[in-house]
Amino acid sequence: MSPGLPTVDTAGPLLRVRDVSVRFGKVQALRGVSLQVMRGDFIALVGANGSGKTTLLRALHGLVAHHGTREVLDPQALQVMVFQRPFMLRLSVWNNVILALWLARCPGRAPRMGRAERAARAAQALRRVGLEALRDRPARALSGGEQQRLALARAWAVRPQIVFLDEPTASLDPSAKREIEALLEGFRADGLTLVMSTHNLGQVKRLATRVIYLDRGEVRVDLPTERFFADHVDGRADLFLKGELSWSLE
Amino acid sequence: MSLVTAHRNVLSLGLALLLTAGVSAHAQERFIVMASTTSTEQSGLFPHLLPAFKAASGIDVRVVAVGTGQALDMGRRGDADVLFVHDKFAEEKFVADGFGLKRSEVMFNDFVLIGPKADPVNARGKDIVSALARLGASAQPFISRGDKSGTHAAELRYWKQAGLDSPAGRYAGYKECGCGMGPALNMAAATDGYVLADRGTWLSFRNRANLAVLVEGDTRLFNQYGVIVVNPLRHPHTKTALAQAFADWVVSAPGQASIAAYKVGGEQLFFPNAKP
Amino acid sequence: MNDFEQSLRTALGLIVGADAELVRTVALSLMVSGSACLLAAGFGLAAGAWLAVARFPGHRSVVLLMNTLLALPSVVVGLVVYLLLSRSGPLGSWGILFTPTAMVIAQTILVFPVVAALTRQLVGDSLRDGGDQLRSMGAGAFLCGLLMLLHDRWAVVTLLLAAFGRAISEVGAVMIVGGNIAGVTRVMTTSIALETSKGDLPLAMALGLVLLAVVGVVNVLIGFVQRGRGSALAGVR
Repeated sequence: MSPGLPTVDTAGPLLRVRDVSVRFGKVQALRGVSLQVMRGDFIALVGANGSGKTTLLRALHGLVAHHGTREVLDPQALQVMVFQRPFMLRLSVWNNVILALWLARCPGRAPRMGRAERAARAAQALRRVGLEALRDRPARALSGGEQQRLALARAWAVRPQIVFLDEPTASLDPSAKREIEALLEGFRADGLTLVMSTHNLGQVKRLATRVIYLDRGEVRVDLPTERFFADHVDGRADLFLKGELSWSLE
Repeated sequence: MSLVTAHRNVLSLGLALLLTAGVSAHAQERFIVMASTTSTEQSGLFPHLLPAFKAASGIDVRVVAVGTGQALDMGRRGDADVLFVHDKFAEEKFVADGFGLKRSEVMFNDFVLIGPKADPVNARGKDIVSALARLGASAQPFISRGDKSGTHAAELRYWKQAGLDSPAGRYAGYKECGCGMGPALNMAAATDGYVLADRGTWLSFRNRANLAVLVEGDTRLFNQYGVIVVNPLRHPHTKTALAQAFADWVVSAPGQASIAAYKVGGEQLFFPNAKP
Repeated sequence: MNDFEQSLRTALGLIVGADAELVRTVALSLMVSGSACLLAAGFGLAAGAWLAVARFPGHRSVVLLMNTLLALPSVVVGLVVYLLLSRSGPLGSWGILFTPTAMVIAQTILVFPVVAALTRQLVGDSLRDGGDQLRSMGAGAFLCGLLMLLHDRWAVVTLLLAAFGRAISEVGAVMIVGGNIAGVTRVMTTSIALETSKGDLPLAMALGLVLLAVVGVVNVLIGFVQRGRGSALAGVR
């Protein structure tokens, strides 16, 4: 168990969106989505390509302009996001983590993080993801899996409460996928709340506590994992699970 | 963050260099700006004459060499303290318009008509006007500076005297380059053409090809230089006292002697003729 | 061919002999163009980064203007600065016409669009790649732009070399605002112009070769710095 993280007590909502709609030009990416992210959740967002998973993630994180309301119920809850292809600056592994710490500047925690504390956290984060041996390598010279682990390290280093992940293992080989999943499981055990979009239903079964199925910008199903796979709630969700839903939606 | 400090350092360094440049330029306060012509500078007179003046007075003369038209314009704008040009009519007008204090004659050099040694139009001799008349009737190339310089103004005067008011339209071989004396000579060398040049530039010119002096000694070819101090009533900031020191020196005995002493290839270029 | 051979020999002779006047002229060229490049870098990098992130009505027009100014003729800049700094002009009281300061100002103006327009393109492209991710990590818009400058620092170096090249090779602006005064505002390019107009073409060519050699040395030095620092490690404190 890592020091300095709040213990998980009774789940309360951290983040709530009500009737959120997002439009890009002519395309309606999200229609009237309402949901709450509860403390301790590991939410998997699933759906076909173009169903709005990425847009919903960004809307929850506050990266997109939208209609409707987004309430951050716990302002102390720091949010970070991990992308499918992490963007690393042309700096060393170490410096990318330091930069993330510098940018986060931990509102509400230590008023200003000194160099020493940033260095300590960076070292801790790199150890956690197993990259401390590569700390002086150029970050962009790392393999795909290593870069994603680095992305997790820089996300974890700032002590977030919520981690959004956009298909984090989609471009990775199976062993890298397993490494990432192990880390994510570790995060959840530490008490972080995770919201992850994914295509990989096995991953959903292994990791998620709650599954939200999106279809054409709307939330069709929002259930705990076992119930999602057991019950036949929504026709299209069913087809999706069976892999019979068409690849992209008109 | 180091990026911001790096940015700040770059700007500070640049500003520091800028200020140093400005400071070193003003380090010697005893200097004047003299507007003169390219042909005078290219004759090499200044590196000979100005150190003598500096030794006598301690004043540095900074020469900006441009065409006569631009030199007079600099005087009108107050960007120069003293003028040293060779276009009598333009100079007199400059003083009459109140931009200059007084025009003093300093020295003269002469123009020469340069052309191919073979001299197809038979211009050779002591008469510039008849030479140009013969040229105008032919198709031989003639290079004109066409840049409102003193040389160009003189050239147009001779054409007029030869009966061709605007040679550009009427004489087929007339080519205006809008350039200085050197490039005009280069063009003449390249095309076996004729060109009116000041003797000074010709003597220093190295690219002669087939060219030679064809017409010289005609008194009409004499090129009078004048020195004018810019009027402080118009431009109070000008260094009138220092400029006047120069004007006085250059027409005085030591100045005139220095002018006479300047030689290129053993030949004297300028002939001092200041009125006592 | 004889002219070229003579020029080459003269150039080598000048370099080896370290003729005092030549050294002074080269030093002035480097100082003027170097300062202009630094100043243009300071303002231009910031402006380019800002343009890449800012959105305001008329943004596209500003970008268009900046790109057009890439082709600004040096004589035009010289003329405009001359009219500004002339005693009869609005800034005449500064009294800096015909000094190296005026030359630095003119070259800074000339080179600023080069830095700004190219930086904007560079930073804009990188922001498309990773701007979202930096924003999500907590970087404000302008800070994202600056971080991309750090990210693209080697491209920025190349860009600044291009700007320096533009500055040190131009003759129109420094001739007009500097006046080509011997020993005060005479730089390499104006010397070459002068010798050419005097008809001394071999010497002009020789000076041109010396100028090329100087710029070559600058490039080699920068190359050493690039290789020495490696491609990845810049300390971010």
